[in-house]
Amino acid sequence: MSSRSLLSVETVRKAFGGLVAVNDVDFSVKESELIGLIGPNGSGKTTMMNLISGALKPTSGTIRLDGEVISGMPAHQIARRGVARTFQLVRILPSLSAIENVIAGAVFGHVRAWGDDAYREAEVLLDRVGLGRRGGAPTGSMTYIDQKRLELARALASNPRLLLLDEWLAGLNPSELKIGIELIRDLREDGRTIIMVEHVMDAIRSLCDRCVVMSSGVKIADGSVHEVLSRPEVVTAYLGADDA
Amino acid sequence: MTRLSEKELRIAVLAIVGFAAVATIPLFDDGYYLSLSVNIALYAVLCTAWTLFSGPTHYISLATAAFFGIGTYTVGLGIDVLPFPVLLVIAAIASGLLAGLVGVATLRLSGVYFVIFTLGLAELVRQVVTWLQTNFTNGVGLYVFTDMGEKHIFWMLLALAAVVYVTGWLINRSRLGFAMRIIGNDELVARHVGIDVARAKVILFVVSGAFIGVTGAILAPRFAYVEPPSAFNPVISFQVVIMALLGGTGRLWAPLLGVIPFTILFDQISSRFPNHTSLLIGVAFMAIVYFLPRGVSGLIEDLRKVRGDFGSAAKAKEAVR
Amino acid sequence: MDILITGTVLGGTYALIALGLTLQYGVARIMNLANGENLVLACFCAFWLYSTASINPVLGIVLIAPGAFVLNWLIYDFAMKPLVNRAKNRGQLEVDSILATFGLMFIMQGVMLLVFGGGYYSYNFLSEPVQILGENYGLNRIVALIAAAVIALGLYVFLYRTRYGTAIRAVSVNPSSASLVAINVERASAFAFALGGALTAAAGALLSTFYTFNSSMGVIFTMKALIIVIMGGVGDVRGAVLAALLLGLTETAVASLIDPGLTLAATYTLFILVLLFRPQGIFGRQEA
Repeated sequence: MSSRSLLSVETVRKAFGGLVAVNDVDFSVKESELIGLIGPNGSGKTTMMNLISGALKPTSGTIRLDGEVISGMPAHQIARRGVARTFQLVRILPSLSAIENVIAGAVFGHVRAWGDDAYREAEVLLDRVGLGRRGGAPTGSMTYIDQKRLELARALASNPRLLLLDEWLAGLNPSELKIGIELIRDLREDGRTIIMVEHVMDAIRSLCDRCVVMSSGVKIADGSVHEVLSRPEVVTAYLGADDA
Repeated sequence: MTRLSEKELRIAVLAIVGFAAVATIPLFDDGYYLSLSVNIALYAVLCTAWTLFSGPTHYISLATAAFFGIGTYTVGLGIDVLPFPVLLVIAAIASGLLAGLVGVATLRLSGVYFVIFTLGLAELVRQVVTWLQTNFTNGVGLYVFTDMGEKHIFWMLLALAAVVYVTGWLINRSRLGFAMRIIGNDELVARHVGIDVARAKVILFVVSGAFIGVTGAILAPRFAYVEPPSAFNPVISFQVVIMALLGGTGRLWAPLLGVIPFTILFDQISSRFPNHTSLLIGVAFMAIVYFLPRGVSGLIEDLRKVRGDFGSAAKAKEAVR
Repeated sequence: MDILITGTVLGGTYALIALGLTLQYGVARIMNLANGENLVLACFCAFWLYSTASINPVLGIVLIAPGAFVLNWLIYDFAMKPLVNRAKNRGQLEVDSILATFGLMFIMQGVMLLVFGGGYYSYNFLSEPVQILGENYGLNRIVALIAAAVIALGLYVFLYRTRYGTAIRAVSVNPSSASLVAINVERASAFAFALGGALTAAAGALLSTFYTFNSSMGVIFTMKALIIVIMGGVGDVRGAVLAALLLGLTETAVASLIDPGLTLAATYTLFILVLLFRPQGIFGRQEA
């Protein structure tokens, strides 16, 4: 069963006017696999995430979730089929309490709960991401990492089949980073399927089974982390850009 | 989330007592004060129904006059043929249907499109109704003769108000209400947790429009003679927006805080200075935007918060000592 | 043929109002719902200038447009700027500006009602007929159309051929980037708002030569102008002109072929079609 591909991206293209942000990209993700989607800034990673989650519609090409075509569906339909995500810049629901933020993920999504059930599950999740007993806290005064934790709990609340983490580790200090990496490792051990867009290479090396490298909208490599990161074209792509 | 909390029970009892007390008004007066009470009840229903939709979505609807007029017209057309309660149901369905159509066409888009569309909606319906009547029937005006007086209208409005409040309260506790809170916070997140944002907005707009339609139907016997310009009077739309915003749209009861003072004020101004009503409406809009952006209820909450902060600061000081 | 010419004349006037509004909304980000009152005020000014000082309304534009420019600049400075500064995001500015300009609309309307009453006004100016292709048209309409075309062309040249015009277009695309290239966004916004008001006032002066007007008709014009702006695509000059002509023609056709009472229904039909099929405007590009 573990060889079945849960998500397949087939010659997907996204053009904004004349600018092609994602250029006929193909890749697939197997069930229970954690893959890293990496590449220099502006290479089209976040656009790719937006295409999978339905925030954007591809210009051409197909995206399938477990065989079903999801490209072109509105975002809420894709979410209900089991794709959950976090955002590059944290998006907390400010006027809701912490636990309500988590419940928000559970009520309308893939696996739905309401009332006391949703409340109990949300408490478990808060505990899991390290926010136990902070459910009633107003979200406005939370620290950055706590907001990121909360967003992760919200994404997990629907028990998604595919979790998209868009630079979830960005902006954390070294000790927070360690905690963050442990959290994601935990999720992987649960057998969750995850795509993470990340610039933190240590995290990619220690967490991912496989990674897909994009540069200027094109997929330039796809394979095991060690092998891919030593390929010359990947190195040039990174050295050509100013960050790595 | 299913049982009533103690606080909710207390509010429910208070509300019932309040409604019962207000319902006795016709026993004491059947002249000016009853007529003023009908106006207040009328706008209380309209503004609360308006807020059901416009509060959480922040879309300013100016379609009130269109829904209201449809309700009035339903009664005007059907009063000789069908019993009154049936007409109320038809009014709800007809205006709800119109709200659904408008919602589907405009609610996927930004607020400006919606405002513009609803701005002319009453005028559009008026033109179409007038055209249909002059071309396919034998006259434009309709007579509504019933044996209902002001007090019957008042009691019907009170009953409708109760229904609107209960509906609003039920929505707030439901998934739809929770979805609206999320949408109000961040639409993008709402979509990505699986909420069909457009559908939620359309449902609320339909509910709100249906209530406004019923209100128009209830008011029809008061007019006795119904014709397009009076039934689809656009001023109602603006008054509802002003009163609701003046009261505040954050809470179910908040519009009431705007309805009572403004209805009395408007009544006084329009009877003493009939040429100044436009000016009054204009000044009221400006005053709300510049001085009361969150309405009277927002102001009360701010004051409470200030006092609360002050109180806790004082306590903290004491604790230090 | 009759429909074509009458529709074009009406469309030409609509175009000027819509251009005024698209400048105000596209550049200054203010959805000015009082723009129609601005138009009506200009109608009354033109009427007053003509009847008291017998000033030709077309020349009257030379007085009326700068007057409207100053008035709208003041409105922007005193009433709109506080809202712009207060707004946390574009959505809030939208709601606030809609409410504030509603207030302005009612105040202007109320003042005009007090001064001029609710009656209908019109005056005779160049009402002798001219023959075009065998049919008679009022000379005033033809003059108004030509004047509208000249003004619209002038605006086009200003926006696309001058330095300051380019700066204004830059602000309409992205205010924060515009300020990075040393454009004074606040002043450009005020200027665009004032210019929009002046254009609308010019339209009003022209309209008054052939149209019967009253104190409370402004809102209908505002609505039509808004629909045109949306049809043409916000901030798009060519789109607005084309949409205005389309609307003018459709209205005239419906009024003369079906029923004059259904012009608004015609407007709405067009509006719904645009909303359903091209919400980004006739020339607009799909999402950016």
